[in-house]
Amino acid sequence: MMKKIMLLFSLLIISVVSFAQEKPVSYRVEMADTMRSNGRIYVVVAVALTILIGLVLYVVRIDRKISKLEREK
Amino acid sequence: MTDTKNYMYKSWWKIASVALLIYTFTAGLLLDVPRLPALQETIRNLYFHVCMWFAMMILFTVSVVNAIRYLRTFNIKYDIYARQFAVVAIVFGLLGYLTGAIWASYTWADPNKPAINSFSTIARDPKLIGAAIALLVYFAYLILRDSIQDMDKKARISAVYNIFAYAMLFPAIWILPRILPSLHPGNEGNPALDVKNDISGNMRMIFYPAVIGWTLLGVWITTLKIRLSLLKEKGMLS
Repeated sequence: MMKKIMLLFSLLIISVVSFAQEKPVSYRVEMADTMRSNGRIYVVVAVALTILIGLVLYVVRIDRKISKLEREK
Repeated sequence: MTDTKNYMYKSWWKIASVALLIYTFTAGLLLDVPRLPALQETIRNLYFHVCMWFAMMILFTVSVVNAIRYLRTFNIKYDIYARQFAVVAIVFGLLGYLTGAIWASYTWADPNKPAINSFSTIARDPKLIGAAIALLVYFAYLILRDSIQDMDKKARISAVYNIFAYAMLFPAIWILPRILPSLHPGNEGNPALDVKNDISGNMRMIFYPAVIGWTLLGVWITTLKIRLSLLKEKGMLS
């Protein structure tokens, strides 16, 4: 169940990223320009994702701590 | 407490929530959106600002359901559920309000003047006043709760008040803003759900997963708070 969900979302994200990067042929040969293209929107995505993942990790930690407390009971 | 069948202790929906949010942040910022005057790229706020209100509404609904469950069974567990869902819903409401304030000051404000000069017009918008009333009613819920010492009385009174507060949500955020002229979009129908007018197919592909992701994140935080209160209830902490 969990594996299926993970697979589904990873495919979803891959498809979206490939969507967003569609460009004329002349651009495709250039390298390492993802973070500089499209008005550097990818930098914003990276920042926003970092904050999101940081917050999620924090919530996961709290979850773990509460689980531990519950087990100690 | 080792009730492992309870959804609170499962992790699949927490993973789903995080995956949906990562999807929201990536696709929401990168995929094409309709090019509309005044809104421009801020239309992407649909995946964030509007989702806050959707999550708030869902969490308040869960809260009132648990209040009713408490009144039917007088099981203190449901009182804890109702309170924590209401608190997290309020947080989401505040976030929705704050993000709305930022968004409005760049789209509703007169672009030729500093945003602060348009403040009096924006602050008088019925949608904002309605949302403020709704949130204040729920602040009163928390104050009322915490001012009663006796546990059963506290649970019973706040459960009844919760039902009234939920009933107040509908005139305050759904009905009143639709009757009065408002700058806020979506007064003619169902904002962000109107398939024909409001939102392109491309955006719906992100908006619905975003609503589910944000709501699940809210539920996750709520379950953490519930588990802590249940522990406190058992005399583990404090």
